[in-house]
Amino acid sequence: MAEMKLITGKDAIRDALIEEMKRDPKVFLLGEDLEQATFGVTDGLIEEFGSERVRNTPISENAIVGAAIGAALTGMRPVAEIMFADFLMDAMDPIVNTMAKARFMTGGQAKVPMVIRTPSGAGLSAGAQHSQSPEALFMHIPGIKIAVPSTPYDMKGLLKTAIRSDDPVLFFEHKMLYYEGGDVHVGDYTLPFGKADIKRKGKDITIVAVLAMVKKALLAADMLAADGIEVEIVDPMTLNPLDMETIIGSLKKTKRLMTIEEGARTGGIGAEIAARVAEEALDYLDAPIKRLGGRDCPIPFSPVLEEAMYPTEDSIAAAVKQMLG
Amino acid sequence: MDKKFLLGLYETMFRIRTFEEEVKKQFEDGNIPGFIHLGSGQEAVSAGACAAIKPDDNIGSTHRGHANLIAKGGRTDRMMAELFARETGSCKGRGGCLHITDMSVGSLGANGIVAAGIIVANGAALSAKLQHNNKVVLTFFGDGATNQGKFHEAMNLASLWALPNVFICENNLYGEATPLAKHMKIKDIAVRAKAYDMPGVVVDGQDVLAVFDAVTEAVKRAREGKGPTLIEAKTYRFHGHHIGDPETYRTKEEVEEWMEKRDPIKLFKAKLLKEFKVNASDIDSIDKKILKEIEDAVKFAAQSPTPDPSNLTENVYA
Ligand SMILES: Cc1ncc(C[n+]2csc(CCOP(=O)(O)OP(=O)(O)O)c2C)c(N)n1
Ligand SMILES: [Mg+2]
Repeated sequence: MAEMKLITGKDAIRDALIEEMKRDPKVFLLGEDLEQATFGVTDGLIEEFGSERVRNTPISENAIVGAAIGAALTGMRPVAEIMFADFLMDAMDPIVNTMAKARFMTGGQAKVPMVIRTPSGAGLSAGAQHSQSPEALFMHIPGIKIAVPSTPYDMKGLLKTAIRSDDPVLFFEHKMLYYEGGDVHVGDYTLPFGKADIKRKGKDITIVAVLAMVKKALLAADMLAADGIEVEIVDPMTLNPLDMETIIGSLKKTKRLMTIEEGARTGGIGAEIAARVAEEALDYLDAPIKRLGGRDCPIPFSPVLEEAMYPTEDSIAAAVKQMLG
Repeated sequence: MDKKFLLGLYETMFRIRTFEEEVKKQFEDGNIPGFIHLGSGQEAVSAGACAAIKPDDNIGSTHRGHANLIAKGGRTDRMMAELFARETGSCKGRGGCLHITDMSVGSLGANGIVAAGIIVANGAALSAKLQHNNKVVLTFFGDGATNQGKFHEAMNLASLWALPNVFICENNLYGEATPLAKHMKIKDIAVRAKAYDMPGVVVDGQDVLAVFDAVTEAVKRAREGKGPTLIEAKTYRFHGHHIGDPETYRTKEEVEEWMEKRDPIKLFKAKLLKEFKVNASDIDSIDKKILKEIEDAVKFAAQSPTPDPSNLTENVYA
């Protein structure tokens, strides 16, 4: 058994960055305020690696993503940070029209081995433009791999894979997971893209949850276990590629499927999973699929309203009970 | 100069300062959630600029928008209630610091997205032109915002269409934790105006009268159909980027020096007394009035109800 240590999500990301930068001189970081980082992920890295490789940028998301693409096209492995996932929208054009399509449009001549790391999610009363969970938006764009880790262990292993990938990766880091603890291997390990992780085994219902919703689902599962209901929780780990095999394998056993995400339900992650299940595995289901997610509403500043936006362990447990009749 | 006008400038600045310092206290006491960006130290920019326009003119604002809004006439009780996330807030507790807005006094909105207001302000200026109502727009933004593509696009369009938009850059020497020299090569942001063939003016942002004069001239130009101006007001924020900022990027001495020697309120108060022979008692009575106003604003906010979650999705659509 490899040696383990208990660290926060923030430090898991940081460890992956440090280890990958040490391993490969082509890896470098760029983004706004990396020197005194908003969530502290990159604090001290300029001292460690120098300002050539840890590059503080102006507030210019287009230029950040564009520079990452250009550097990736010409032999580097940039890891760009977009300070809040909401600001991805400022760089939508290079992300969607260049980064995602460069390999294809050039008939495979180009490769874009870059990562965009970005904190997403609500919970800090940061309001409508600093709290969004836009993961699903990018599932609609062929050519972008998307990672959605829910634990420090997954963050470190998936980020290493992302950095080594020859495809562009959008790497979502839920803000509320930065300060949650979890065990990680000391030293190098990677986790594969497109391989879901079963976070809890059960036989009565399959819940597919991502990012901060995994923990809520686990808490709900604990509550339900007291009533004799055994929940299986599948964490897809990446949304593109999406491991339908594991999801369908699980629901073949449980006959019931619920999806939980923080982003708006409409056009969301659950919508895509439900559609694929409807196409490929409808006959195995004993009940309609249930999608839980953020309300179809911009995110309010008010804490009481913000709370009302999202599934909670109680509402998840109640929804499961309702499904099981 | 008219004493009433001068005292009005003082009052606006003192109102902003008192509001901001109270917000800091209330945040630290746990009564205000979220990320709070204070404008203490930058009062002269908002006060001087907004004194140069009319109540029905518009302003565009930023994440550091309390001062802009107060100077435009925003009610401090509604604003405090907004920051307390109460239903009586000017945005019904949905917006908070980042989006604090009161459209009834001509604010087009504060923005959580850096530079987002600049392009929208152009639209309001275009609208004024199309409606022939002779209104102008003041667009506030920071030094950091001028590195956004949006800034370039907005400046070019405003210049091309001679829009009645006055671009006011509050250059407080830092964009979040990044000092100016680490985010641009130039020292004066005003030089960027040249590229758009519009006037670029540097003004002492700690001198409320200097700001007033510069903006007055730019507004005149805008109303005459001669197009936009870029005004760079050199200023300084006394507090961190947001409350809780560890401020590793600047020294305590630097902050103290600005607070001591370049405090726009202290500077103007001294001028009022010395040059304009204003009575100290006139200033004192303004101070008293404002302190009471902000105290009442806190009471109003604290007593106001929180929003009802059953109305969550109200106002997503018309
Ligand atoms: C598009 C975008 N990028 C980054 C941020 C994060 N951010 C918020 S304020 C800020 C600094 C803005 O600096 P400046 O324009 O100088 O305004 P100041 O805060 O100094 O008033 C940054 C980087 C943001 N809100 N929006
Ligand atoms: Mg600034």
